[in-house]
Amino acid sequence: MTYLVGEPVVVAARAHIGHHRTPSYIKGKRGRIERVHARFRNPETRAYGGAGLPEVPLYLVSFARSDLWPDPCAGGGHRVYVDVFEHWLEEAK
Amino acid sequence: MTRGRASRREHGAALREGRIDRVERGVHDRGGVPTEEPIDRGEHTLEDWEVLTDALVGALARRGLMNVDELRRGIERMPREEYVQASYYERWLFSMESILTEKGVLAAGELDRRAAG
Repeated sequence: MTYLVGEPVVVAARAHIGHHRTPSYIKGKRGRIERVHARFRNPETRAYGGAGLPEVPLYLVSFARSDLWPDPCAGGGHRVYVDVFEHWLEEAK
Repeated sequence: MTRGRASRREHGAALREGRIDRVERGVHDRGGVPTEEPIDRGEHTLEDWEVLTDALVGALARRGLMNVDELRRGIERMPREEYVQASYYERWLFSMESILTEKGVLAAGELDRRAAG
């Protein structure tokens, strides 16, 4: 596992033609590792009939809601939690 | 549909430099898209065909014929108009036929012929 709980990360802002589990609204956004789930088969190759190997670490990443979209409760400290596979994460500079 | 590595690089550069404001998204990738439509949070009783559709996906997975990520891919490539109008399990049905035809488990048009016959 590359990232530790509490570490800041940035979600890769890349296009990906084909099935993937990273929603657009977090691409390019800064978040924080909340939990290291485990390694899972990669849905991006399983979606094309592959075995999904090697398994990829999956993290629970949180984002400030006001970083994602206009937040009617800005300043309320609300966070959005999304499961993100490791190959979509980059170190936050 | 494929895009070249150079094209993807250009797309990434455009994003970073703020020349485009977000990654193009599939019809299913709806999070954060503004809408005036109220969200229907109501429960509804499943019809028999919906229960059978769910069971069929489970059976196909156990037989190794199709997995849930393939199911999702089949849903995500639905034409936008059809996707928007289809119900949840109609999307599953569309995907099952599409993926099983792609894999040669079903012949093209086979389900239509059986349903008509």
